[in-house]
Amino acid sequence: MKGMTVVVKTVSSWVKVLIFLFGIYIILFGHLTPGGGFAGGVILASSYVLLMLAFGRDLVEANLPLPVASKLDCLGAFLFAMIGVLGLVFGGVFFVNFLYQKYVPQEPFDLVSGGAIPLSNMAIGLKVGASLFLVIFALTVFRYDFQDGGRKTAVADGAEQQKE
Amino acid sequence: MALFYIYILLLFMVIAAIIAVETKDLLSAVICVGAIGFGGSLMFLFLRAPDIAITQIVVEVLGLIILIRATIARDLTFITGDREFFGTVVSVVILLVIVVAGIRVFNTMPEFGVPVFARIPETASQVYISRGLADTGATNVVTSVYLDYRAYDTLGEATVLFTAVIGATAILRSKSRKRLEESEA
Repeated sequence: MKGMTVVVKTVSSWVKVLIFLFGIYIILFGHLTPGGGFAGGVILASSYVLLMLAFGRDLVEANLPLPVASKLDCLGAFLFAMIGVLGLVFGGVFFVNFLYQKYVPQEPFDLVSGGAIPLSNMAIGLKVGASLFLVIFALTVFRYDFQDGGRKTAVADGAEQQKE
Repeated sequence: MALFYIYILLLFMVIAAIIAVETKDLLSAVICVGAIGFGGSLMFLFLRAPDIAITQIVVEVLGLIILIRATIARDLTFITGDREFFGTVVSVVILLVIVVAGIRVFNTMPEFGVPVFARIPETASQVYISRGLADTGATNVVTSVYLDYRAYDTLGEATVLFTAVIGATAILRSKSRKRLEESEA
């Protein structure tokens, strides 16, 4: 059993790019229009969930391996904390908007405006997307471990894998 | 007109919630929970909060998918057995108390669309709205609040999510590593 029917696979292979692009748009334009890092990150993760549901988890695992996803997660959290520390270094206060009207010339409604806010949005989007991807991946891949736990897991797991 | 739509959506959500509680099929219960979330996001849209509407619909859809994954994987699609009489009575009584208290609270609230803080100048919400663009340069006031004025909140929220994900993957992965070693040995 690998994924769903041909119709689902075809449609999701067209739509996945649009969903991913929409997530990037939501993250990048978070300081101008409704949206932001959290919503955009969840949309990025949902494009991978769509792939996982349509094509099975082997393709997703080959596309975005678990170590890479966890490193992206840590990278997003680290970048977001670094923006706060940079505010402390350049602005004097932790998490101050150190870029605004100081280093970058700014016009309202421009894509490059709002100082450090777009950078924070990107970091949060990376972090939330990778986190939710990891949660769903853990729930779908590691779920055999819950079934009877402990020593018998390996046996039960082998039976499960043969069944699929 | 927006209030009319909101009442219809409320009715829809109440019906969906009742179906979600009463149905024996877990899959349809999950789908009803998703319908409740969808109604909630439409309601936020009618109340002119597009940020929360986007977050609500995205999280609700993804949460629905996770729930369906978890439900189908366990083969627990039907509930068998009756409900406990005592538990049902207690929950109905608690719900009645909450409804009565909620009606009293709603009677003391200000008129819809007229927040209390709008009457007082120099409160935090008024300052955010009037000076948000000048202070932060972000035209979306919500973003200027949660990433500039209240960035500590966002940092705490990100930390909570990070810790939760680390804990979940660490617990799940330790067992799976043991499984891998056993299968290799």
